[in-house]
Amino acid sequence: MTSVQMNVDGETHSDEVEPRLLLVHYLREFLGKTGTNVGCDTSNCGACTVHLDGRSVKSCTVLAVQADGGDIDTIEGLAEFSSNGDEEAGWHPLQRAFHTEHGLQCGYCTPGMIMAAKDLLSENPDPTEDEVRHGLEGNLCRCTGYVNIVKAVRTAAAEMRGDKVDTEVGA
Amino acid sequence: MIPATFDYIRAGSVEEAVAALTEHGDEAKLLAGGHSLLPLMKLRLASPEVLIDLGRVDALRGVCELDDGRLSIGAMTAHQDVIDNDLVRQHCGVLADVTRQVGDAQVRHRGTIGGALAHGDAASDLPAALLALDGTVVVQGPSGQREIAAADLFVDYLATSISDDEVITEVRVPKFDGSWGWNYQKFSRVAQAWAIVGSLGLVKRSNGNVEEARVGLTHMGTVPLRATAVEQALAGAAIDGIADAAEHAAEGTSAPTDLNATSEFREHLARVLTKRALTAAAG
Repeated sequence: MTSVQMNVDGETHSDEVEPRLLLVHYLREFLGKTGTNVGCDTSNCGACTVHLDGRSVKSCTVLAVQADGGDIDTIEGLAEFSSNGDEEAGWHPLQRAFHTEHGLQCGYCTPGMIMAAKDLLSENPDPTEDEVRHGLEGNLCRCTGYVNIVKAVRTAAAEMRGDKVDTEVGA
Repeated sequence: MIPATFDYIRAGSVEEAVAALTEHGDEAKLLAGGHSLLPLMKLRLASPEVLIDLGRVDALRGVCELDDGRLSIGAMTAHQDVIDNDLVRQHCGVLADVTRQVGDAQVRHRGTIGGALAHGDAASDLPAALLALDGTVVVQGPSGQREIAAADLFVDYLATSISDDEVITEVRVPKFDGSWGWNYQKFSRVAQAWAIVGSLGLVKRSNGNVEEARVGLTHMGTVPLRATAVEQALAGAAIDGIADAAEHAAEGTSAPTDLNATSEFREHLARVLTKRALTAAAG
């Protein structure tokens, strides 16, 4: 067993883990953070995307011991706590935009999509449609066909920049 | 999918990693970014008994200029850090451009240049690039350091000339000035997949002619290859000779047949992609 300590969504956690434990299983089974999904489990689909020290990673392809000492952000830490009981008021602009633009059907890929998109927007606050598509090439959706996902990311980007742009895509 | 059990050693330095490799021999594997090794371990295609993690060896990260004018890239430098590095962009933009086509964003955040080269997969992008750039790797073992030219590095399917007790510490590449153009054509079925075939063309232009051309081929054999017949046909030739020269791209290759493509289709792709890459590189 190996000791790990990491900061997950703002809280410090310490545990003894098997070296072969994957980060996604640590998050889900040790910490109960089941918001992060396991999809393909082969580094393809991106459903398990979280941020490790500020960068998007596929947590099914990172050992928990490799993340020791790191800062992890998952989908569960994205929304701000809303004291008046209005949960939606605390949503991150990406969460809101995936809702309003219908960026999901079954929702399984959504936690990974949003975490990958958040990293993309931190590098490029005003991506073109093409840049969003390339930026999210590590995330697979088997329902929507991506049009509304791209729209949602650009809508969120506009909100985060504080302006309004035409986000129509794929004419 | 869960890897088989292994003992985990976190190396604090290259020397510690070499000592652990020496102690455990071929039961041990080095862990860099893990984006080739961990998927193999999850599929139980690899089951090392000891994993030696280089993640804390900070001396293996970063880029600097060598006295001989080449760039030295630390083996544990993540793909994204190669792409973003000012020295790489300024002096070896071709490496940044090829690295940008490796995997997807998440893979580029974790995968490393040294790990990709040590894995030695002829279907991945960086081995063919290092070959075309005439790059080298520096490895450190129990008896010191040695430098291995890319042409001597890749010896067979997923096999390199790096010994079991050696660690890649640096990747060295020459500078390519403004007289060089380049283009990497990667043909794959879906966006993030490995190349079914890839062709990296570099062209040094001089008075409207090709002074020197280089072509690196991805996935045209068990090891990455140079299309030497194309390079020879183009040396000193006019730029409009590219299409004819590219017809030689599959000569000397041994392209595999698999679910994605027959050997013959790969040969066709090599010719087409090489023509496109060299045409764009000369443009």
